[in-house]
Amino acid sequence: MDFTLDKKHEMARSLFREFAQNEVKPLAQEIDEEERFPAETIEKMARYGFMGIPIPREYGGQGCDVLTYVMCVEEIAKVCGTTAVALSAHTSLCMDPILTFGTEEQKQKYLPDLASGRKIGAFGLTEPGAGTDAQGQQTKAVLDGDEWVLNGSKCFITNGKVADVYIIIAVTGIVEKRGKKMKEISAFIVEKGTPGFSFGTKEKKMGIRGSSTYELIFEDCRIPKENLLGQKGKGFNIAMHSLDGGRIGIAAQALGLAEGALDLTIAYTKERKQFGRSISQFQNTQFQLADMATRTEAAQLLVYKAARAKDNGPVYTVEAAKAKLFAAETASWVTSKAVQLHGGYGYIREYDVERMMRDAKITEIYEGTSEVQRMVISGALLR
Amino acid sequence: MKIVVCIKQVPDTAGGVKFKPDGTLDRGAMLAIMNPDDKAGLEAALRIKDQNGAEVTVITMGLPKADAVLREALAMGADKGILITDRVLGGADTWATSQTIAAGIRNLDYDLIITGRQAIDGDTAQVGPQIAEHLGIPVISYAQDIKIEGDSVVVQRQFEDRYHVLKAKMPCLITALSELNEPRYMTPGGIWDAVDAQITVWGRNDLKDLDDSNIGLKGSPTKIAKASDKVRKGEGTMFKDLDPDAAAASIADVLSEKHII
Repeated sequence: MDFTLDKKHEMARSLFREFAQNEVKPLAQEIDEEERFPAETIEKMARYGFMGIPIPREYGGQGCDVLTYVMCVEEIAKVCGTTAVALSAHTSLCMDPILTFGTEEQKQKYLPDLASGRKIGAFGLTEPGAGTDAQGQQTKAVLDGDEWVLNGSKCFITNGKVADVYIIIAVTGIVEKRGKKMKEISAFIVEKGTPGFSFGTKEKKMGIRGSSTYELIFEDCRIPKENLLGQKGKGFNIAMHSLDGGRIGIAAQALGLAEGALDLTIAYTKERKQFGRSISQFQNTQFQLADMATRTEAAQLLVYKAARAKDNGPVYTVEAAKAKLFAAETASWVTSKAVQLHGGYGYIREYDVERMMRDAKITEIYEGTSEVQRMVISGALLR
Repeated sequence: MKIVVCIKQVPDTAGGVKFKPDGTLDRGAMLAIMNPDDKAGLEAALRIKDQNGAEVTVITMGLPKADAVLREALAMGADKGILITDRVLGGADTWATSQTIAAGIRNLDYDLIITGRQAIDGDTAQVGPQIAEHLGIPVISYAQDIKIEGDSVVVQRQFEDRYHVLKAKMPCLITALSELNEPRYMTPGGIWDAVDAQITVWGRNDLKDLDDSNIGLKGSPTKIAKASDKVRKGEGTMFKDLDPDAAAASIADVLSEKHII
């Protein structure tokens, strides 16, 4: 088995690293402090094709693979968790389902603008009563002539207010499955500016504070019949497929946070002097760094493996779940150790590890909690 | 319009300079980058391509691994890459280098040639103007702004305290400053294409009108006696609050004490 990257991925990584250092890092602290979406950074990313990395060229994308996209999320997350999740939600949760389940017309209509970054994408599944439990959906879509009429609300939506194109999951009826009445769930493409579609409260969060996290409200929101994504009644599958891909993106975000915190901690422990020597000379520090580096690299291997599995498709559910579970828990653990090794300074907002620790926590929660990932993994083991 | 951009792979001095025991640069031990002035020259060519449409060819002379800077240029948007590499061309000074590159460019159609002002390893600023001389075309050096007007270029040539505006008919050669612009990044799709792209490789025998006495180490009039890392300068002495005569006298005293004058 060969673990070396080929020339394309090596060059792409150097590009993402340089871009992240020069363009993303300088704003990371400010957007966290001001809870402001980094629109100017996203615009620059769009200029260089970062908003459409794994999308085929025929739809205006870069025509690269999932691993390249994952490396982009990883390098950006090393310096800014917020910017990384904006890219991940846009790519994995909005463009990917359109690419996978959309009609040719839908792909032609939406993908070129999304892949070029002229428009931003988002995905609405979660509701106050339906997070992990997708059957708890309350948002309804009713066909009325040539239009679907949406009513309900979605919460905690990443890119909530800055997006232009939304994948919305809604209940379209009741069906009987194995004698049980179940909600029939479908997926839709909804554009910003559609009458009846508005925004609720902006969430005040612990981390990824620059991320635009909003409630979406649909009040008799009428969308064209042709905006149904995939088949009617297949919305749950579409949502789960999207989340499988999304989890690889979040795993890459978590991996980047761990790597970024580790790099900063190595540098800091070499500089920081206590008892007449740098704290990197204490064996406790050395062992902590060794554990942090080992877990981080293990996370990287799982994340890259999941990216490769998606490239080779079609099913990568378990690989994605394992990557997200381990990378997210590693990110939380490593960033927490990073703060500890920074001592009092690590608790001060001026130091990046403070933000990274807050940013890392969400990776264990969104796009399926760590508990859900364990359900997915064990479900496959015990099938 | 056809533009040829000359680029060079140079050691990344940000990572520290390393020497071999014989005093020459240990290029293998240092990271390599595209020379910053050359990158600005490439960016200038790509902007002309964006605005006026042009075919941009990048050319470099160096070891086979210099192919990396050509691929970087392709990933930024250049159309073709040419690598001139041959053992007999090694050890070239600016004279032999400019002779060789000029011979390569004679194989091409071009309206405009852009080079960097100078490379951060040699710092001579000689190769660009020498290429123009060998090709018998006008040269405008130290460009801080380039505009295309019909069949001419209008260039702001930088001086310490002013700039000159010069107009030259194409074909001509311009040497670019890194201050000219902020070079664009590569794109991910550009990288994928660049890695798969065919780079044209020319050896000695592909270069015409080139005398053997003008190539490689043997054809180089310059002999490097010794190369060394930059010596850190001391703090220096400031002569403050003196009138010009007294200041000049003080400086003359110091120079005389050190047997400089």
